[in-house]
This record gives sequence, structure tokens and C-alpha cells, in this order.
Amino acid sequence: MENDPSAMALAVNLVLEGDYQLYGIIGLSLQVSLLATLIATGIGLPLAAWLAIARFPGRGAAVTVLNAMLGLPPVVVGLFVYLSLSRAGPLGELGLLFTPAAMVIAQTILITPIVAAIGLRSLEDFNTEYAEQLRALGLSRRERAWTLLAEARFSLATAVLAGFGRAVAEVGAVMIVGGNIAGVTRVMTTAIALETSKGDLALALALGLVLIAIALSVNAAASLIREIGRRSAGEITIRGEA
Amino acid sequence: MLKHILTRLALAALLVAGGLQNAQAAERFITVASTTSTANSGLFDHILPLFTDKTGIEVRVVAVGTGQAIKLARNGDADVLFVHHKPSEEAFVADGFGVERVDVMYNDFVIVGPSEDPAGIKASSDVLQALNTIAQSGAPFASRGDDSGTHKRERSLWKEAGIDSPSGDWYRETGSGMGATLNTAHGMGAYALTDRATWLSFKNKDGFEIIFEGDKRMFNQYGIIAVSPDKFPHVKIDDATAFVNWVVSKDGQAAIADYTVGGTQLFFPNAPMQGS
Repeated sequence: MENDPSAMALAVNLVLEGDYQLYGIIGLSLQVSLLATLIATGIGLPLAAWLAIARFPGRGAAVTVLNAMLGLPPVVVGLFVYLSLSRAGPLGELGLLFTPAAMVIAQTILITPIVAAIGLRSLEDFNTEYAEQLRALGLSRRERAWTLLAEARFSLATAVLAGFGRAVAEVGAVMIVGGNIAGVTRVMTTAIALETSKGDLALALALGLVLIAIALSVNAAASLIREIGRRSAGEITIRGEA
Repeated sequence: MLKHILTRLALAALLVAGGLQNAQAAERFITVASTTSTANSGLFDHILPLFTDKTGIEVRVVAVGTGQAIKLARNGDADVLFVHHKPSEEAFVADGFGVERVDVMYNDFVIVGPSEDPAGIKASSDVLQALNTIAQSGAPFASRGDDSGTHKRERSLWKEAGIDSPSGDWYRETGSGMGATLNTAHGMGAYALTDRATWLSFKNKDGFEIIFEGDKRMFNQYGIIAVSPDKFPHVKIDDATAFVNWVVSKDGQAAIADYTVGGTQLFFPNAPMQGS
């Protein structure tokens, strides 16, 4: 088999020629996963901030549950969203099944715990460091949470990127709720799965290389922004005090 | 400060969502639940544009195993069902989920395996003897194990061969689609039952070939059914009917006959003749 040597050349070719509707597929992958990441960030980070500050009975259990949800199997999330959005399900009226919106919903459910759990870890570090000062300033709980989020914003980028990485790389959930329909819900991962099932391993591998390159560029862009932001904001980095 | 960030987040979300709306702009479409053999073989890529050009109706295909396709249609998640297991299709209509079942086309199943044919089934007089030979020799056999049309056919062939439920080290259920099962069979040098279309368009087959073919029992009929609007009022019955009628029309049947891979015709139209 000569799959391996040709895959790289094929990947370059795919990108240059732009065939295989590649740009449409890449575009949809990015749109769906970025939107899911934005929503997950909007829900996950405030949740993390609240958990970092609030003290209530059962908080430990809540954190444990959150951490356990890092291991949510994409197929199960896909199945759950399918059953909800199916015409036979409670939200069937909306007609969202087999649309990009359904894929956004599935990925959001999948990665919100990731953003929240990883975000919580950096926020707890900041909280340990600043709790005294924040309390001394006489801030309310809500104000303390916002301050923490604002102070830790560059460290929190890691949590957001981890969420995006999981979203853009998962195949099980979007396959079920999107249906891998050509030109409508086909994204990078489902296209890779499809080519693998056609036995076209070289093309599948080439698409995989393109996906890795995209993930790499998004991460590189994010760390660049983070670096610039850090320098201009002069944020103090906290490492490993616990 | 943070309000500012949140506003920007919300704006970004709106922008991306707006992009999604544009990507989804097609107004008129139907959803067809079908099998991997029709989609992965490239048949749909060949015939659907012809239909869309003529009618302006976009056809969105969700390609899964026959069992799952029927399940989708039974939940009302498709407008048309296009699969290959006649008994299940007839049950689907009998249970009130489908309007009417029509024959569309056929091809056949074949047994593929390593070229050296380790169990020696090449000279078998029929498929039942071939299966029995595999079972006795203990040569590995990869089964779909996923309740697909091909899997249902495979089980009924085993039953006919006098082996009610094949089991043992040699019998390996992959629980996945045709292509994935062929990849697995290839990896472990196992025999597998596959439809001819998937096999002909499959690329990863070095050292593998069709070992047994030609038994009438391996006939593979495809049927098409519009999902019943009585059961599901949201079904786009007019456009679904237009598609069903076109597939069995002279034009649709000619388009199916036209489709070849490497010079070989994959599907043979056999819809009951009617005016086009």
C-alpha cells in the first residue's frame, strides 16, 4: 500500500485545487465548531466563575460531576440530541434535525463541560491568590466572579481552545444529528469517515492532514492574540501554586 | 470591561450564525433516508443533479444502514425511504408509515475474500455450500452485525445453509457499515458478504477479489417509498412523490442504467414500466 507517501501530496493538492468541495466543508466545520465554542464559552465560563467563588453544600459533588462530564461520549450526546430533535421527539416541531444548527447544539453540549471544568481550574488558582484582596475591596459575589473572569481572561483561553479542539475533531455526534449530507451538513470529520468507509484511505488521510493544519492555525492564532494581550495588559501569570 | 468582552462574544456568535443561515439557503428540498451502498457507490452523485436540474428540488441524502434508515423514516425524519430489504419495506408500508413500495433497481451480493481463497469456496455449486465450507474450515468471516439490509440477507443465507446462528472465533461481527466491514475483512484476511456496487467502487482491496458470485439467492432488490403524510403531516409529500415518480420514470431509470464505475454498470433498473 502506498497510502502514506501519497497522502501528504494529496493533501497539498486538495488545498491548492480546492476540489472535493473542500473549502465549503472546511468553512462549515469552522462555522459549526466556532459557534458551539462561543456558546459553550458564554455558558461554561460564568458557571466556572460561580463554582470558583460560591461555597455551598454539594459544591464538591457538583465539581466532580462537571469533571466526569469531560468524558461524555460524543455518540451518546449525538443520540440524545437526535432523540430530542427527531420528529418523534419533544423538539421535532422545530425541524432542526439534519441541519448545521443541530450540529451546533450537539457540540455545545459536548464541550460546555470542557470549557467549564478547565476554566474552573485556572479560576481556582486566581481565586486562591486574590480572594483576600477581593473580599477586602468589599465586592459582592457577582462582582468578584466578574473580576476573576476579567483577570484570568488570557489563561482561560486554554479552556476555550480545548473546547474548540474537541468540537472540531469529534465525529460521532455530528454524524448522527447532521447526517453527513453533501453540501449541507458534511464537515471535515464526517468526510474523513466517509472516505475511510469507501476504502479511499489516502484521501481520508489527506483530509485528516488538512484538519490538523486547520486546528494548528486556529491554536497558533489564539496564542498569538493571547501573547499580545498579555503583554499589553501586563497580567501576572500564576503557575502551579496550590 | 467584561461587558465589553461579552458584547463582542455575542456579536461574533451572531456573525457566525448569520454565515450558517446563508449556507442553509436552499429553500426547496426533500430528505431521503437511504443506504450506504447507493450513496458510497456514487450513484446519487450521478442521478440526483439530473432530478434537481429538472424540478428545482434539492435532494438531501442521509446514508445509513437499511435498518437505521427505516428507523429514521419511522420517526418521521425523512420524506422518502430508498433501501434494499423487501420484507422490512413491506412491513413499513403495512404499518402505515409509507404510501406505496415500488421496485427501482437491482444488483447482487457477492462474497469477497483473499485471492488465495483459504477455505476453497470458489468451486462451490451454490452460496449455501460456500457458506458451509467457510464455517467448517474455520476461515475468518466478517459480518456487518448492524441490522442493515446486507446483514439481514447474510443471516437469512446462513439460516438457509443450515447454520442458524453462526458463532465462534472465525465469525466476527464488526457492527459497522459496509465500507468499514470491508476494511476490517481486508485487515484480517476474512471473507465478507457485500453488495456488488460497494465492492466495485471500494478502493482498499489489494489482494482481495470476488471469490463467489452468481447464485440467484444473492439477488439484491432496491425499493423506494414516500413516507406517509397521514402519519406525519410535515412530510413534503408533493416533492417526495415527484422524486419517487422520477426515479421510476423512463428518465430516472435511464440515469441509473447509465451509471458505471470502471466501465461496469452497478445497478440495473427494473421499475414496473409506466409513462415518463
